[in-house]
Amino acid sequence: MNGQAALTEAVYYILLSLVTPRHGYGIMQETERMSNGRVKLAAGTLYGAINGLLDKGWIRSVPGADDSRRKEYALTDKGREALTWELDRLKELVENGEIVLGGEA
Amino acid sequence: MSMKRVFKWFWVWEFEKEDMWLNSMAADGWTLCQIGWCTYWFEKTDPSAYEVRLECRKPDEAYISFVKDTGAEYIGHMMQWLYFRRKSELGHFELNSDLDSRIEQLNNMGRILLPIGILNLGIGLMNLRYNGLGGINLICAGVLAYAYGRIQGKKDELQRERQLHE
Repeated sequence: MNGQAALTEAVYYILLSLVTPRHGYGIMQETERMSNGRVKLAAGTLYGAINGLLDKGWIRSVPGADDSRRKEYALTDKGREALTWELDRLKELVENGEIVLGGEA
Repeated sequence: MSMKRVFKWFWVWEFEKEDMWLNSMAADGWTLCQIGWCTYWFEKTDPSAYEVRLECRKPDEAYISFVKDTGAEYIGHMMQWLYFRRKSELGHFELNSDLDSRIEQLNNMGRILLPIGILNLGIGLMNLRYNGLGGINLICAGVLAYAYGRIQGKKDELQRERQLHE
């Protein structure tokens, strides 16, 4: 199954922040920034999600830029595909929500 | 540096209570700095200088260094329970925030309790049959079964919630 099920909010933001390669803490900061502080990824949650995404081949680890100890991660083509699919799914949700509730507001 | 040692027992299903207790100590200016068997060492810090978190997980080196890279300090582990703390000035500190990872935490606990419980039940029944001395193992098995039930109950609650949202 390639992106056929809804992504969790954590996974969505992790993938989105890895369009630019980052290490774990960088992913947390970027996610918090993009969501205006609403989504705060906890370390254990992030660690589990990163390993799952590496297994799926949606992200890959790349040699760290600043120091060699901290691992960095980057989005793969497969990951980008999943993200695009998710974006279409979210658009559909928003469109239908607006059609149904838009007239009421 | 001022330190104090406290002996305290928490049942496995009381991990939330333990977390609350450690953080109320930290709020009073006593922050966990070392952990042992039913033993907690605290050092004097500014009140609420740290947030302390514990979780049930294999003490694996890669994970510990990952968490340390997010600004946390590793205090130590007792069996499969890891203890971390992070300066409050770095923001709210969580290890498992979403429902999925909280469910996974409870799964980890269940995976530890179940085999020990079955082992105790087995040994207890064997002893009872051959020498009439299985009592202590059967009591252990009973406590472990109860703990497993409590953990499952918490898990069911989270899973019901998970059907509605993440």
